[in-house]
Amino acid sequence: MSTSAPVSVAVEARAASKIFSRGKPNQVVALESINLSVRQGGFVALIGPSGCGKSTLLRLMAGLVPATEGEIFVNGKAADQARRDRDYGMAFQSASLFDWRTVTRNIELPLELLGWSKDQRSKRSAEMLDLVQLSDFGDHYPNQLSGGMQQRVAIARALSFKPSILLMDEPFGALDEMTREHMQAELLRIWEDTQTSVVFVTHSIPEAVFLAQRVIVMSPRPGRIVADIDVDLGPRGFGTREDPEFFNKITEVREALRAVEVP
Amino acid sequence: MTNHARLRAIAPPLVVGVGGLALWELVLTVLNPKAFVLPRPSVIAGKVVEQWSTIITATTNTGFIAVTGLIAGALLGIMVAILVSRFQIVSEAVTPLAVAVNAIPIIALAPIFNFWFGLRSPRSNQGIVVLLVFFPVFVNSVRGLTEVHRGQLDLMESFAASTWETLKEVRIPNALPYLFTSLKIASSLAVIAAIVAEYFGGDQAALGQLIVQQAALSRYSSAWAGVLAGTLMGMALYLVVVGLERWFMPWRVTEIERSGS
Repeated sequence: MSTSAPVSVAVEARAASKIFSRGKPNQVVALESINLSVRQGGFVALIGPSGCGKSTLLRLMAGLVPATEGEIFVNGKAADQARRDRDYGMAFQSASLFDWRTVTRNIELPLELLGWSKDQRSKRSAEMLDLVQLSDFGDHYPNQLSGGMQQRVAIARALSFKPSILLMDEPFGALDEMTREHMQAELLRIWEDTQTSVVFVTHSIPEAVFLAQRVIVMSPRPGRIVADIDVDLGPRGFGTREDPEFFNKITEVREALRAVEVP
Repeated sequence: MTNHARLRAIAPPLVVGVGGLALWELVLTVLNPKAFVLPRPSVIAGKVVEQWSTIITATTNTGFIAVTGLIAGALLGIMVAILVSRFQIVSEAVTPLAVAVNAIPIIALAPIFNFWFGLRSPRSNQGIVVLLVFFPVFVNSVRGLTEVHRGQLDLMESFAASTWETLKEVRIPNALPYLFTSLKIASSLAVIAAIVAEYFGGDQAALGQLIVQQAALSRYSSAWAGVLAGTLMGMALYLVVVGLERWFMPWRVTEIERSGS
Protein backbone atom coordinates (compact mmCIF):
# COMPACT_ATOMS: atom_id res chain seq x y z
CA MET A 1 0.00 0.00 0.00
CA SER A 2 1.28 3.45 -0.82
CA THR A 3 1.91 5.69 2.17
CA SER A 4 1.69 9.13 0.64
CA ALA A 5 -0.65 11.23 -1.44
CA PRO A 6 0.07 13.82 -4.13
CA VAL A 7 0.88 17.19 -2.59
CA SER A 8 -1.71 19.06 -4.68
CA VAL A 9 -4.25 17.26 -2.51
CA ALA A 10 -4.85 18.97 0.84
CA VAL A 11 -6.79 16.22 2.60
CA GLU A 12 -7.37 12.68 1.49
CA ALA A 13 -9.28 9.81 3.11
CA ARG A 14 -8.66 6.33 1.74
CA ALA A 15 -11.16 3.69 2.84
CA ALA A 16 -11.19 5.26 6.26
CA SER A 17 -13.40 3.73 8.95
CA LYS A 18 -13.95 4.57 12.58
CA ILE A 19 -15.42 2.09 15.01
CA PHE A 20 -15.93 3.09 18.63
CA SER A 21 -15.85 0.44 21.41
CA ARG A 22 -14.87 -2.18 18.86
CA GLY A 23 -15.82 -5.74 19.80
CA LYS A 24 -17.90 -4.58 22.77
CA PRO A 25 -21.72 -4.76 23.02
CA ASN A 26 -21.94 -0.97 22.60
CA GLN A 27 -19.85 -0.99 19.41
CA VAL A 28 -20.67 1.89 17.07
CA VAL A 29 -19.58 2.06 13.45
CA ALA A 30 -19.26 5.84 13.12
CA LEU A 31 -17.67 5.89 9.68
CA GLU A 32 -17.49 3.21 7.01
CA SER A 33 -14.91 3.21 4.18
CA ILE A 34 -14.79 6.93 3.50
CA ASN A 35 -13.01 7.94 0.30
CA LEU A 36 -12.61 11.66 -0.14
CA SER A 37 -10.08 13.97 -1.64
CA VAL A 38 -9.96 17.74 -1.08
CA ARG A 39 -7.78 19.63 -3.50
CA GLN A 40 -5.50 22.40 -2.32
CA GLY A 41 -7.30 25.73 -2.07
CA GLY A 42 -10.68 23.98 -2.23
CA PHE A 43 -13.68 24.62 -0.02
CA VAL A 44 -15.58 21.45 0.88
CA ALA A 45 -18.65 21.23 3.12
CA LEU A 46 -19.59 18.03 4.95
CA ILE A 47 -23.31 17.83 5.63
CA GLY A 48 -25.58 15.20 7.13
CA PRO A 49 -28.04 14.52 9.94
CA SER A 50 -26.70 14.40 13.50
CA GLY A 51 -24.93 11.15 14.18
CA CYS A 52 -23.67 10.75 10.60
CA GLY A 53 -20.09 11.01 11.76
CA LYS A 54 -19.21 14.28 10.00
CA SER A 55 -17.56 15.69 13.12
CA THR A 56 -15.77 12.39 13.66
CA LEU A 57 -14.45 12.54 10.10
CA LEU A 58 -13.14 16.05 10.79
CA ARG A 59 -11.44 14.84 13.98
CA LEU A 60 -9.87 12.03 11.99
CA MET A 61 -8.51 14.58 9.51
CA ALA A 62 -7.19 16.60 12.46
CA GLY A 63 -5.39 13.54 13.82
CA LEU A 64 -7.23 13.97 17.12
CA VAL A 65 -8.53 10.40 16.86
CA PRO A 66 -6.94 7.61 14.81
CA ALA A 67 -8.83 5.84 12.02
CA THR A 68 -9.75 2.26 12.87
CA GLU A 69 -9.13 1.17 9.28
CA GLY A 70 -7.85 2.92 6.18
CA GLU A 71 -5.70 6.01 6.02
CA ILE A 72 -6.02 9.78 6.25
CA PHE A 73 -3.47 12.04 4.60
CA VAL A 74 -3.09 15.76 5.20
CA ASN A 75 -0.68 17.58 2.89
CA GLY A 76 0.57 14.15 1.83
CA LYS A 77 1.41 13.14 5.41
CA ALA A 78 -0.33 10.89 7.93
CA ALA A 79 -2.91 13.00 9.80
CA ASP A 80 -1.12 12.70 13.13
CA GLN A 81 2.16 13.85 11.60
CA ALA A 82 0.37 16.80 9.98
CA ARG A 83 -1.05 17.70 13.39
CA ARG A 84 2.42 17.68 14.92
CA ASP A 85 3.70 19.78 11.99
CA ARG A 86 0.84 22.26 12.56
CA ASP A 87 -0.38 21.91 8.98
CA TYR A 88 -3.94 22.89 9.82
CA GLY A 89 -5.88 25.31 12.01
CA MET A 90 -9.14 24.34 13.66
CA ALA A 91 -12.33 26.13 14.74
CA PHE A 92 -15.24 24.68 16.69
CA GLN A 93 -18.89 25.51 17.30
CA SER A 94 -18.03 26.90 20.70
CA ALA A 95 -15.38 29.50 19.94
CA SER A 96 -13.26 27.87 22.71
CA LEU A 97 -11.45 31.10 23.42
CA PHE A 98 -9.44 31.31 26.63
CA ASP A 99 -11.32 33.65 28.99
CA TRP A 100 -8.05 34.53 30.72
CA ARG A 101 -6.37 35.86 27.60
CA THR A 102 -7.15 39.09 25.81
CA VAL A 103 -8.26 38.87 22.17
CA THR A 104 -4.71 39.60 21.00
CA ARG A 105 -3.18 36.99 23.28
CA ASN A 106 -5.79 34.42 22.20
CA ILE A 107 -4.73 34.93 18.60
CA GLU A 108 -1.07 34.71 19.61
CA LEU A 109 -1.48 31.45 21.56
CA PRO A 110 -0.45 29.11 18.72
CA LEU A 111 2.42 31.46 17.88
CA GLU A 112 3.66 31.27 21.47
CA LEU A 113 3.52 27.48 21.29
CA LEU A 114 5.54 27.65 18.07
CA GLY A 115 8.14 29.83 19.78
CA TRP A 116 7.68 33.01 17.72
CA SER A 117 9.37 36.12 19.13
CA LYS A 118 7.26 38.81 20.80
CA ASP A 119 7.76 41.23 17.88
CA GLN A 120 6.76 38.64 15.29
CA ARG A 121 3.71 37.75 17.37
CA SER A 122 2.51 41.35 17.76
CA LYS A 123 2.97 42.01 14.07
CA ARG A 124 1.08 38.88 13.10
CA SER A 125 -1.78 39.34 15.57
CA ALA A 126 -2.25 42.92 14.36
CA GLU A 127 -2.53 41.59 10.79
CA MET A 128 -5.01 38.95 11.88
CA LEU A 129 -7.12 41.45 13.84
CA ASP A 130 -7.21 43.54 10.71
CA LEU A 131 -8.23 40.53 8.61
CA VAL A 132 -11.22 39.74 10.85
CA GLN A 133 -11.97 43.46 11.33
CA LEU A 134 -11.51 43.54 15.09
CA SER A 135 -8.57 45.92 15.31
CA ASP A 136 -10.23 47.98 18.06
CA PHE A 137 -10.82 44.96 20.28
CA GLY A 138 -7.31 43.54 20.78
CA ASP A 139 -7.22 44.41 24.48
CA HIS A 140 -10.72 43.15 25.25
CA TYR A 141 -11.39 39.88 27.03
CA PRO A 142 -13.57 37.30 25.23
CA ASN A 143 -16.47 37.75 27.66
CA GLN A 144 -16.73 41.38 26.48
CA LEU A 145 -17.42 40.30 22.88
CA SER A 146 -20.57 39.14 21.08
CA GLY A 147 -20.85 35.56 19.80
CA GLY A 148 -20.04 36.57 16.23
CA MET A 149 -16.97 38.52 17.32
CA GLN A 150 -15.76 35.59 19.42
CA GLN A 151 -16.08 33.31 16.41
CA ARG A 152 -14.05 35.77 14.32
CA VAL A 153 -11.31 35.70 16.96
CA ALA A 154 -11.37 31.89 16.81
CA ILE A 155 -10.91 32.01 13.03
CA ALA A 156 -8.07 34.54 13.39
CA ARG A 157 -6.42 32.25 15.93
CA ALA A 158 -6.81 29.21 13.65
CA LEU A 159 -5.19 31.09 10.76
CA SER A 160 -2.56 33.02 12.74
CA PHE A 161 0.28 30.60 12.07
CA LYS A 162 -0.53 30.44 8.34
CA PRO A 163 -1.66 26.82 8.13
CA SER A 164 -2.51 25.71 4.61
CA ILE A 165 -5.73 24.01 5.80
CA LEU A 166 -8.63 25.18 7.94
CA LEU A 167 -10.84 22.53 9.60
CA MET A 168 -14.15 23.93 10.87
CA ASP A 169 -16.75 22.10 12.93
CA GLU A 170 -20.09 23.96 12.76
CA PRO A 171 -18.34 27.22 13.63
CA PHE A 172 -21.45 29.34 13.06
CA GLY A 173 -23.93 26.87 14.56
CA ALA A 174 -24.57 28.94 17.68
CA LEU A 175 -25.04 32.28 15.91
CA ASP A 176 -28.27 34.01 14.96
CA GLU A 177 -29.28 33.98 11.29
CA MET A 178 -28.14 37.51 10.46
CA THR A 179 -24.75 37.22 12.17
CA ARG A 180 -24.38 33.86 10.52
CA GLU A 181 -24.86 35.17 6.98
CA HIS A 182 -22.45 37.99 7.73
CA MET A 183 -19.85 35.53 9.03
CA GLN A 184 -20.26 33.33 5.95
CA ALA A 185 -19.42 36.27 3.71
CA GLU A 186 -16.46 37.11 5.97
CA LEU A 187 -15.18 33.55 5.81
CA LEU A 188 -15.33 33.51 2.00
CA ARG A 189 -13.43 36.80 1.88
CA ILE A 190 -10.75 35.40 4.21
CA TRP A 191 -10.62 32.17 2.22
CA GLU A 192 -10.01 34.11 -1.00
CA ASP A 193 -7.42 36.36 0.67
CA THR A 194 -5.44 33.53 2.25
CA GLN A 195 -5.76 30.72 -0.34
CA THR A 196 -6.41 28.27 2.51
CA SER A 197 -8.10 24.92 1.89
CA VAL A 198 -11.25 24.60 3.99
CA VAL A 199 -13.18 21.57 5.24
CA PHE A 200 -16.41 22.83 6.80
CA VAL A 201 -18.83 20.69 8.80
CA THR A 202 -22.39 21.99 8.97
CA HIS A 203 -25.99 20.83 9.26
CA SER A 204 -27.36 23.84 7.40
CA ILE A 205 -28.10 23.22 3.72
CA PRO A 206 -28.06 26.90 2.60
CA GLU A 207 -24.81 27.42 4.51
CA ALA A 208 -23.15 24.45 2.78
CA VAL A 209 -24.33 25.57 -0.69
CA PHE A 210 -23.44 29.21 -0.15
CA LEU A 211 -19.92 28.51 1.08
CA ALA A 212 -18.60 25.43 -0.63
CA GLN A 213 -17.40 24.45 -4.07
CA ARG A 214 -18.32 20.88 -3.20
CA VAL A 215 -20.95 19.57 -0.80
CA ILE A 216 -20.42 16.07 0.57
CA VAL A 217 -23.66 14.50 1.83
CA MET A 218 -23.33 11.83 4.52
CA SER A 219 -25.71 9.18 5.86
CA PRO A 220 -25.99 8.14 9.51
CA ARG A 221 -25.02 4.87 11.22
CA PRO A 222 -22.75 3.88 9.69
CA GLY A 223 -21.51 7.21 8.33
CA ARG A 224 -21.02 6.97 4.56
CA ILE A 225 -20.68 9.42 1.72
CA VAL A 226 -23.89 9.21 -0.32
CA ALA A 227 -23.53 12.21 -2.61
CA ASP A 228 -20.77 14.49 -3.83
CA ILE A 229 -22.32 17.61 -5.30
CA ASP A 230 -20.33 20.25 -7.21
CA VAL A 231 -21.54 23.78 -6.59
CA ASP A 232 -20.55 26.19 -9.32
CA LEU A 233 -22.05 29.52 -8.38
CA GLY A 234 -19.03 31.69 -9.15
CA PRO A 235 -17.93 34.40 -6.72
CA ARG A 236 -20.57 34.71 -3.98
CA GLY A 237 -22.25 38.01 -3.27
CA PHE A 238 -25.49 39.54 -2.07
CA GLY A 239 -27.24 38.27 -5.20
CA THR A 240 -26.14 34.67 -4.72
CA ARG A 241 -28.82 33.88 -2.15
CA GLU A 242 -31.48 34.93 -4.68
CA ASP A 243 -29.90 33.15 -7.66
CA PRO A 244 -32.16 30.35 -9.06
CA GLU A 245 -29.07 28.12 -9.33
CA PHE A 246 -28.55 28.59 -5.56
CA PHE A 247 -32.07 27.20 -4.97
CA ASN A 248 -31.50 24.37 -7.44
CA LYS A 249 -28.41 23.30 -5.52
CA ILE A 250 -30.25 23.55 -2.19
CA THR A 251 -32.95 21.29 -3.61
CA GLU A 252 -30.34 18.84 -4.89
CA VAL A 253 -28.65 18.63 -1.47
CA ARG A 254 -32.00 18.38 0.30
CA GLU A 255 -33.09 15.48 -1.91
CA ALA A 256 -29.80 13.69 -1.35
CA LEU A 257 -30.33 14.13 2.40
CA ARG A 258 -33.95 12.98 2.21
CA ALA A 259 -32.86 9.76 0.53
CA VAL A 260 -30.75 8.84 3.56
CA GLU A 261 -33.22 9.85 6.25
CA VAL A 262 -34.21 7.08 8.58
CA PRO A 263 -38.01 6.77 8.55
CA MET B 1 -17.13 51.68 39.40
CA THR B 2 -18.46 55.18 39.88
CA ASN B 3 -18.50 56.82 43.29
CA HIS B 4 -22.23 56.44 43.38
CA ALA B 5 -22.04 52.71 42.70
CA ARG B 6 -19.29 52.37 45.31
CA LEU B 7 -21.48 54.09 47.89
CA ARG B 8 -24.39 51.85 47.00
CA ALA B 9 -22.20 48.79 47.52
CA ILE B 10 -20.81 49.94 50.86
CA ALA B 11 -23.83 51.63 52.46
CA PRO B 12 -26.14 48.64 53.19
CA PRO B 13 -23.61 46.51 55.14
CA LEU B 14 -22.38 49.64 56.92
CA VAL B 15 -25.90 50.57 58.04
CA VAL B 16 -26.64 47.01 59.18
CA GLY B 17 -23.29 46.78 61.01
CA VAL B 18 -23.48 50.10 62.84
CA GLY B 19 -27.21 49.66 63.51
CA GLY B 20 -26.62 46.16 64.88
CA LEU B 21 -23.93 47.39 67.27
CA ALA B 22 -26.16 50.25 68.45
CA LEU B 23 -29.05 47.83 69.01
CA TRP B 24 -26.78 45.46 70.95
CA GLU B 25 -25.57 48.33 73.14
CA LEU B 26 -29.12 49.65 73.68
CA VAL B 27 -30.78 46.32 74.52
CA LEU B 28 -28.08 45.42 77.06
CA THR B 29 -28.22 48.88 78.65
CA VAL B 30 -32.00 48.64 79.04
CA LEU B 31 -32.26 45.00 80.15
CA ASN B 32 -29.02 45.21 82.12
CA PRO B 33 -28.18 41.51 82.48
CA LYS B 34 -25.10 40.48 84.42
CA ALA B 35 -22.07 41.74 82.51
CA PHE B 36 -20.47 38.27 82.14
CA VAL B 37 -23.39 36.90 80.10
CA LEU B 38 -22.80 39.32 77.25
CA PRO B 39 -20.80 42.53 77.63
CA ARG B 40 -21.82 45.66 75.77
CA PRO B 41 -19.79 46.58 72.64
CA SER B 42 -18.49 49.71 74.36
CA VAL B 43 -17.11 47.63 77.25
CA ILE B 44 -15.38 45.25 74.80
CA ALA B 45 -13.94 48.22 72.92
CA GLY B 46 -12.69 49.62 76.23
CA LYS B 47 -10.92 46.31 76.98
CA VAL B 48 -9.23 46.37 73.57
CA VAL B 49 -7.84 49.84 74.32
CA GLU B 50 -6.85 48.87 77.87
CA GLN B 51 -4.99 45.71 76.82
CA TRP B 52 -3.81 47.01 73.46
CA SER B 53 -0.21 45.75 73.57
CA THR B 54 -1.19 42.27 74.87
CA ILE B 55 -3.84 41.89 72.20
CA ILE B 56 -1.52 43.12 69.44
CA THR B 57 1.20 40.65 70.48
CA ALA B 58 -1.32 37.79 70.69
CA THR B 59 -2.86 38.75 67.33
CA THR B 60 0.56 38.95 65.69
CA ASN B 61 1.55 35.50 66.96
CA THR B 62 -1.76 33.90 66.03
CA GLY B 63 -1.74 35.73 62.70
CA PHE B 64 1.70 34.31 61.94
CA ILE B 65 0.45 30.78 62.60
CA ALA B 66 -2.74 31.28 60.58
CA VAL B 67 -0.99 32.88 57.58
CA THR B 68 1.99 30.51 57.39
CA GLY B 69 -0.33 27.54 57.89
CA LEU B 70 -2.68 28.88 55.21
CA ILE B 71 0.14 29.37 52.70
CA ALA B 72 1.74 25.99 53.40
CA GLY B 73 -1.61 24.17 53.34
CA ALA B 74 -2.69 25.88 50.12
CA LEU B 75 0.63 25.18 48.36
CA LEU B 76 0.46 21.54 49.47
CA GLY B 77 -3.15 21.30 48.26
CA ILE B 78 -2.30 22.83 44.88
CA MET B 79 0.78 20.67 44.33
CA VAL B 80 -0.98 17.42 45.24
CA ALA B 81 -3.94 18.48 43.05
CA ILE B 82 -1.62 19.00 40.06
CA LEU B 83 -0.05 15.56 40.58
CA VAL B 84 -3.47 13.95 41.01
CA SER B 85 -4.91 15.59 37.89
CA ARG B 86 -1.82 14.66 35.88
CA PHE B 87 -1.26 11.05 36.93
CA GLN B 88 -4.15 8.62 37.28
CA ILE B 89 -1.98 6.37 39.48
CA VAL B 90 -1.34 9.21 41.95
CA SER B 91 -5.03 10.00 41.96
CA GLU B 92 -5.94 6.43 42.85
CA ALA B 93 -3.32 6.36 45.60
CA VAL B 94 -3.82 9.81 47.12
CA THR B 95 -7.51 10.70 46.80
CA PRO B 96 -8.86 8.08 49.27
CA LEU B 97 -6.08 9.04 51.67
CA ALA B 98 -6.97 12.74 51.41
CA VAL B 99 -10.63 11.92 52.03
CA ALA B 100 -9.66 9.82 55.06
CA VAL B 101 -7.48 12.63 56.44
CA ASN B 102 -10.37 15.02 55.98
CA ALA B 103 -12.68 12.68 57.91
CA ILE B 104 -10.40 12.90 60.98
CA PRO B 105 -11.71 15.52 63.41
CA ILE B 106 -8.53 17.48 62.85
CA ILE B 107 -8.91 19.76 65.87
CA ALA B 108 -8.92 16.61 68.00
CA LEU B 109 -5.35 16.04 66.84
CA ALA B 110 -4.17 19.22 68.58
CA PRO B 111 -3.15 17.53 71.86
CA ILE B 112 -1.34 14.79 69.89
CA PHE B 113 0.48 17.39 67.77
CA ASN B 114 1.47 19.15 71.01
CA PHE B 115 3.03 15.90 72.16
CA TRP B 116 4.86 15.46 68.81
CA PHE B 117 6.13 18.99 68.33
CA GLY B 118 6.35 20.15 71.97
CA LEU B 119 3.62 21.74 74.09
CA ARG B 120 4.89 25.31 73.63
CA SER B 121 5.93 25.02 69.98
CA PRO B 122 3.91 26.92 67.36
CA ARG B 123 4.70 24.05 64.94
CA SER B 124 1.85 21.95 66.32
CA ASN B 125 -0.66 24.75 65.75
CA GLN B 126 0.69 25.39 62.27
CA GLY B 127 0.31 21.68 61.58
CA ILE B 128 -3.39 21.82 62.49
CA VAL B 129 -3.93 24.82 60.18
CA VAL B 130 -2.09 23.10 57.30
CA LEU B 131 -4.21 19.95 57.63
CA LEU B 132 -7.47 21.88 57.81
CA VAL B 133 -6.64 24.16 54.86
CA PHE B 134 -5.32 21.36 52.67
CA PHE B 135 -8.57 19.58 51.90
CA PRO B 136 -10.83 22.35 50.52
CA VAL B 137 -7.94 23.70 48.44
CA PHE B 138 -7.05 20.23 47.16
CA VAL B 139 -10.62 19.24 46.24
CA ASN B 140 -11.44 22.51 44.49
CA SER B 141 -8.13 22.63 42.65
CA VAL B 142 -8.58 19.10 41.31
CA ARG B 143 -12.01 20.12 40.04
CA GLY B 144 -10.67 23.23 38.36
CA LEU B 145 -7.76 21.35 36.79
CA THR B 146 -9.92 18.53 35.42
CA GLU B 147 -13.26 20.17 34.54
CA VAL B 148 -11.88 21.86 31.47
CA HIS B 149 -13.90 22.67 28.37
CA ARG B 150 -13.48 19.79 25.88
CA GLY B 151 -13.02 22.23 22.98
CA GLN B 152 -10.10 23.93 24.71
CA LEU B 153 -8.33 20.59 25.17
CA ASP B 154 -9.01 19.61 21.53
CA LEU B 155 -7.63 22.94 20.47
CA MET B 156 -4.40 22.49 22.43
CA GLU B 157 -4.09 19.00 20.95
CA SER B 158 -4.62 20.40 17.45
CA PHE B 159 -1.68 22.74 18.16
CA ALA B 160 0.32 19.67 19.21
CA ALA B 161 0.84 21.28 22.63
CA SER B 162 2.70 19.29 25.28
CA THR B 163 1.07 18.15 28.53
CA TRP B 164 3.03 20.85 30.37
CA GLU B 165 1.85 23.56 27.94
CA THR B 166 -1.76 22.40 28.35
CA LEU B 167 -1.36 22.51 32.13
CA LYS B 168 0.12 26.00 32.04
CA GLU B 169 -2.16 27.53 29.40
CA VAL B 170 -5.47 25.80 30.10
CA ARG B 171 -5.74 23.76 33.28
CA ILE B 172 -4.14 26.16 35.74
CA PRO B 173 -5.95 29.33 34.53
CA ASN B 174 -9.17 27.31 34.42
CA ALA B 175 -8.58 26.25 38.05
CA LEU B 176 -8.02 29.79 39.39
CA PRO B 177 -11.70 30.63 40.11
CA TYR B 178 -12.08 27.28 41.92
CA LEU B 179 -8.84 27.87 43.81
CA PHE B 180 -9.86 31.32 45.00
CA THR B 181 -13.28 30.09 46.12
CA SER B 182 -11.52 27.50 48.27
CA LEU B 183 -9.01 30.08 49.55
CA LYS B 184 -11.87 32.30 50.72
CA ILE B 185 -13.20 29.39 52.78
CA ALA B 186 -9.71 28.42 53.91
CA SER B 187 -8.75 31.95 55.00
CA SER B 188 -11.45 32.02 57.69
CA LEU B 189 -10.84 28.38 58.49
CA ALA B 190 -7.14 29.08 59.09
CA VAL B 191 -7.89 31.69 61.77
CA ILE B 192 -10.45 29.43 63.48
CA ALA B 193 -8.04 26.49 63.36
CA ALA B 194 -5.16 28.54 64.77
CA ILE B 195 -7.22 29.89 67.70
CA VAL B 196 -8.83 26.56 68.59
CA ALA B 197 -5.47 24.77 68.35
CA GLU B 198 -4.04 27.36 70.73
CA TYR B 199 -6.63 26.38 73.35
CA PHE B 200 -4.63 23.19 73.76
CA GLY B 201 -1.09 24.56 73.74
CA GLY B 202 1.54 26.38 71.75
CA ASP B 203 2.78 29.90 72.32
CA GLN B 204 1.36 31.46 75.53
CA ALA B 205 1.07 34.93 73.98
CA ALA B 206 -1.58 33.98 71.41
CA LEU B 207 -5.29 34.71 70.94
CA GLY B 208 -6.48 31.18 71.78
CA GLN B 209 -4.54 31.19 75.05
CA LEU B 210 -5.70 34.72 75.84
CA ILE B 211 -9.36 33.81 75.37
CA VAL B 212 -9.09 30.59 77.41
CA GLN B 213 -7.17 32.24 80.26
CA GLN B 214 -9.38 35.31 80.52
CA ALA B 215 -12.53 33.18 80.42
CA ALA B 216 -11.09 30.93 83.16
CA LEU B 217 -10.61 34.05 85.31
CA SER B 218 -14.20 35.13 84.53
CA ARG B 219 -12.88 38.19 82.67
CA TYR B 220 -15.38 37.71 79.89
CA SER B 221 -15.09 41.16 78.33
CA SER B 222 -11.34 40.54 77.86
CA ALA B 223 -12.14 37.16 76.28
CA TRP B 224 -14.56 38.95 73.97
CA ALA B 225 -11.81 41.42 73.05
CA GLY B 226 -9.75 38.40 71.92
CA VAL B 227 -12.70 37.09 69.88
CA LEU B 228 -13.02 40.52 68.27
CA ALA B 229 -9.33 40.51 67.32
CA GLY B 230 -9.73 37.03 65.79
CA THR B 231 -12.79 38.16 63.83
CA LEU B 232 -10.99 41.19 62.41
CA MET B 233 -8.03 38.99 61.46
CA GLY B 234 -10.30 36.54 59.65
CA MET B 235 -11.95 39.40 57.75
CA ALA B 236 -8.58 40.93 56.86
CA LEU B 237 -7.30 37.61 55.49
CA TYR B 238 -10.49 37.18 53.48
CA LEU B 239 -10.07 40.65 51.97
CA VAL B 240 -6.45 39.88 51.06
CA VAL B 241 -7.67 36.78 49.21
CA VAL B 242 -10.34 38.85 47.39
CA GLY B 243 -7.63 41.37 46.42
CA LEU B 244 -5.35 38.61 45.13
CA GLU B 245 -8.27 37.12 43.20
CA ARG B 246 -8.85 40.40 41.37
CA TRP B 247 -5.15 40.83 40.70
CA PHE B 248 -4.70 37.29 39.36
CA MET B 249 -7.90 37.24 37.31
CA PRO B 250 -8.40 40.62 35.61
CA TRP B 251 -10.82 39.01 33.15
CA ARG B 252 -13.18 38.16 36.02
CA VAL B 253 -13.23 41.78 37.15
CA THR B 254 -14.62 42.87 33.78
CA GLU B 255 -17.18 40.06 34.04
CA ILE B 256 -18.30 41.15 37.51
CA GLU B 257 -18.51 44.82 36.54
CA ARG B 258 -20.50 43.98 33.45
CA SER B 259 -23.04 41.87 35.33
CA GLY B 260 -23.17 44.44 38.13
CA SER B 261 -23.99 47.40 35.89
